[in-house]
Amino acid sequence: MAVRDLDFFYGRVQALHNISLEIPERIVMAFIGPSGCGKSTFLRTLNRMNDVIPGTRVGGQVLIDDHDIYASGTDVVELRRRVGMVFQKSNPFPKSIFDNVAYGLRINKVTSSSSELAGRVEQALKDAALWSEVKDRLKTSALSLSGGQQQRLCIARALAIRPEVLLMDEPASALDPIATSKIEELIFDLKKQYTIVIVTHNMQQAARVSDTTAFFLLGKLIEVNSTEKMFTAPNEKLTEDYITGRFG
Amino acid sequence: MDTHRHLDDELSSLRDRVLLLGGEAEQALERAMYSLSERDTDVARQVLDHDDQIDHLEVEIDRQCIDIIALRQPAARDLRFVISVAKMAPVLERIADHACNIARAAIDLNNEPELKSLLDVSRMSEHALKMLRGALDSFTSNDAITAREIIKSDSEINDLYNHTFHRLIELMVTEPATATRDARLLFVAKHLERIGDYVTDICELTVYMAEAAFIKHTN
Repeated sequence: MAVRDLDFFYGRVQALHNISLEIPERIVMAFIGPSGCGKSTFLRTLNRMNDVIPGTRVGGQVLIDDHDIYASGTDVVELRRRVGMVFQKSNPFPKSIFDNVAYGLRINKVTSSSSELAGRVEQALKDAALWSEVKDRLKTSALSLSGGQQQRLCIARALAIRPEVLLMDEPASALDPIATSKIEELIFDLKKQYTIVIVTHNMQQAARVSDTTAFFLLGKLIEVNSTEKMFTAPNEKLTEDYITGRFG
Repeated sequence: MDTHRHLDDELSSLRDRVLLLGGEAEQALERAMYSLSERDTDVARQVLDHDDQIDHLEVEIDRQCIDIIALRQPAARDLRFVISVAKMAPVLERIADHACNIARAAIDLNNEPELKSLLDVSRMSEHALKMLRGALDSFTSNDAITAREIIKSDSEINDLYNHTFHRLIELMVTEPATATRDARLLFVAKHLERIGDYVTDICELTVYMAEAAFIKHTN
């Protein structure tokens, strides 16, 4: 995935300025920066989730396999199948655990038989490290799960349709340390198969889970570097000031 | 922001402590060499008596580094500073240990007839002290350029040591009666040579702190 000269506007307000970034396959990239810096806005440009906000406008390109996802004629449903998303607050549907994971598969008519559907659901729950906890109660309501389990269910729902890229917008910010740890372990395992882009306010989390970190400030991309370099010797003074908490 | 001011205060306190330790090591070496050159056994004993306080200071610095890492999770330049201090404190304590060994040698030598000359040992100690002061100054001012120059100057101590070594061996052969005293002086020279190496370690940590560059074992 590659981003070229991306600008983004909410009405007349420019929220992102001329951002260019390469996101290599099968890595975890973390976006960090202070509130309002544009990192979540930028994340949502990667699968056109901002399209649903009235008055927004995008310039530049987001390329997947050399195809600009903002080119006319792009199938946005197919795009979001390839680039899945998990949000800050878990948002399971008021349905059973099974039906939550099966939802995307059914509406996209991905599977041809109920046994194939069950197999895909099981695999997605296993990939999301939730199977062992829910396998005996797949028909119970997803709303009966704990917060951490609900978030992993949402990850399973995103994984069920086998995306290439998984976008995560502060996926553990509402979770306790144990549930957070499970999500982080999951991210570590998932990068073997998926490209993961995660927005986080928790810099230690970015340091723990990501291979590459991008720092945003006032809608601009200030620095992209290996996470190790970013947290020990960043190139930019602005990054250093932010990382060391001497900002603002 | 309060938390960052607290971190700054803690880093500042850590800097003060490690400089205090550096000053203690420097003073221990200076006094140990004084006790040798002036045959002052009382001063040598004072150096030995004071060593416990230096050890205690090193442990305090260790604890403070661990607390800052565990509780403040420093990053970037702050992390490099804390790591450098954590690695520097035992080096300074070792320098003070070598000063104690020199003080012990001085006590022994002061019980024997006076040596005609300390040969180049006095010059070695002057150079070691100059290196140590420079290393502590370059650490304080985050000055990697000076730190690199000090590293280069370690070769002068090594040269002086080699020269002293050969002279003392010659003396042991030609004047066997004073061989014990010569051997003790040789140990003093070796301690000074090792102090030069430890000062080099301090300077390498300053370069890491200032530039995030690992220059250890890179000649």
